[in-house]
Amino acid sequence: MGRITLDKVRKAFGEVEVIPPLDLTIEDGEFVVFVGPSGCGKSTLLRLIAGLEDVSGGEIRIDGQDATMVPPAKRGLAMVFQSYALYPHMSVRKNIAFPLRMAGMDAAEQERRVKSAADVLNLTDYLDRRPGQLSGGQRQRVAIGRAIVREPAAFLFDEPLSNLDAALRVGMRLEISELHKRLNTTMIYVTHDQVEAMTMADKIVVLRAGHIEQVGSPLELYRTPRNLFVAGFIGSPKMNLIGGAVASAHDAATIGIRPEHIRVSDEAGDWTGTVGVSEHLGSDTFFHVNCEGIPDPLTVRVGGEVDLHYGDRIHLSPDPEHLHRFDAEGLRLP
Amino acid sequence: MARAVTTQRKALNTALAWLVGLVIFFPILWTILTSFKTEAEAIANPPIILFFDWTLENYGVVQERSNYVRFLWNSVIIAGGSTLLGILIAIPAAWSMAFVPSRRTKDILLWMLSTKMLPAVGVLYPIYLLCIQLGVLDNRIALVVILMLINLPIIVWMLYTYFKEIPGEILEAARMDGAGLKEELLYVLTPMAVPGIASTILLNFILAWNEAFWTLNLTSVDAAPLTAFIASYSSPEGLFFAKLSAASTMAIAPILILGWFSQKQLVRGLTFGAVK
Repeated sequence: MGRITLDKVRKAFGEVEVIPPLDLTIEDGEFVVFVGPSGCGKSTLLRLIAGLEDVSGGEIRIDGQDATMVPPAKRGLAMVFQSYALYPHMSVRKNIAFPLRMAGMDAAEQERRVKSAADVLNLTDYLDRRPGQLSGGQRQRVAIGRAIVREPAAFLFDEPLSNLDAALRVGMRLEISELHKRLNTTMIYVTHDQVEAMTMADKIVVLRAGHIEQVGSPLELYRTPRNLFVAGFIGSPKMNLIGGAVASAHDAATIGIRPEHIRVSDEAGDWTGTVGVSEHLGSDTFFHVNCEGIPDPLTVRVGGEVDLHYGDRIHLSPDPEHLHRFDAEGLRLP
Repeated sequence: MARAVTTQRKALNTALAWLVGLVIFFPILWTILTSFKTEAEAIANPPIILFFDWTLENYGVVQERSNYVRFLWNSVIIAGGSTLLGILIAIPAAWSMAFVPSRRTKDILLWMLSTKMLPAVGVLYPIYLLCIQLGVLDNRIALVVILMLINLPIIVWMLYTYFKEIPGEILEAARMDGAGLKEELLYVLTPMAVPGIASTILLNFILAWNEAFWTLNLTSVDAAPLTAFIASYSSPEGLFFAKLSAASTMAIAPILILGWFSQKQLVRGLTFGAVK
């Protein structure tokens, strides 16, 4: 079981309040991602849950039990750190067995569990090596192995993939998702990468300056961002946000339209502009189009290869079904 | 940018380095040589450096006159005991300063170090009286405690700089893995800091071994270490340089050998933190 409840949890460092009172419930078995720009308090929030930082106010409950004052060792949570934080003087085997040894488990059971974790993570051939002799991806697996052997109530991941190269990152992303499906244990995952958030999460918590901006499934956030911040943060490439007269025409202070929701035409459309730089990905092409009456260039996503060139004159029309409207405060209009 | 160094220049630098090394080492070399001379040769003018009748006579006399082994044993107990006790106190102290610093940690560190700048003689009188009152004058355990306290600031400071190099996340990982404070120190921090702890132990052992002010003032017979052994040869019967040299050589030999074999550790320990 791993249901985690934060009740008016607050954190201040001296005079500076990094997390104002915040409520959040993470259901058992859920994969929750905390996402936000750097300095938004997502790591601090994770460390509060882990017990590595003391809360300044409020209550943390794990499976209904008040854990606010419980030391990290006794919370039954496992954590995977960005730097892996492996014990450099111990072999992989000893690293993975360490939490079991701390729990006073007998040697035979320790060995059995280490073996099975190593099997799952393809580490069997490396058990006698030291962390220094492993690649980044292997080290990350050892860190995950050390977390899974204990069968914790929940896993906490603190930007675990940010030290890996892009290709490895995609692979590990799948492995962690796979692990979650298999273990069905609560996972809380911190990242600044919205692609990781979108691809892995059951539920995303978008944070800014310690505040929760929105909580929801990846598609909820994509389809109905509650405010301009979430609208701009979720989705890649970013949503086009347009103010001024163009927005007023739709009775809003700002309108937002995702690059994939703009139709391109040679003949007619709502907006007219010239093609600027284009990015060809093969599967998709992103055009940056300078439109009349719109200060910033719009990003347009078109499937496959399209025969448009720098300087071509085109017409664009936003898909009205996918047009997002925001008021002067940046909040979503119905 | 690499600088071009000519062979000539290299040779010159090497010769210069050897010269400086020799000048620094000369007093010790002279002492060792003198210990193999007769008393007459020892005070000959102009001095004889190498061409004399080598003799072991002085060592025989010194061994006959005083019980070297007893002094040696006292030195081992006092230096070893104070080092061991110091390290046991310093590891948790340095841990807390490095990993859970408070607002005053830096001040405390500086204040601790400042006590090393106090002239020892300033507190000789009170400590001497205290030893008499407690009945621990000429007592090995008292010296172990006093030398431990004297060197503690340096041990804490050295360990602190070592511990600062260890990433805090690893200790946090240990905490998440269920390690209490004791396990964290025992299974994670200490093994990771072994090189640092080793050079701290070594340096402290040498400092305690060579400590003469307190050992000379607070011991007479029972607890007297090798420093007192040397001092006893600057005798009132007139100066016997050859015998004094023999005694000195015997007193410094153990620490010199220890230092020789642990040069690498020692250099690393002394220069640690200098290059970051």
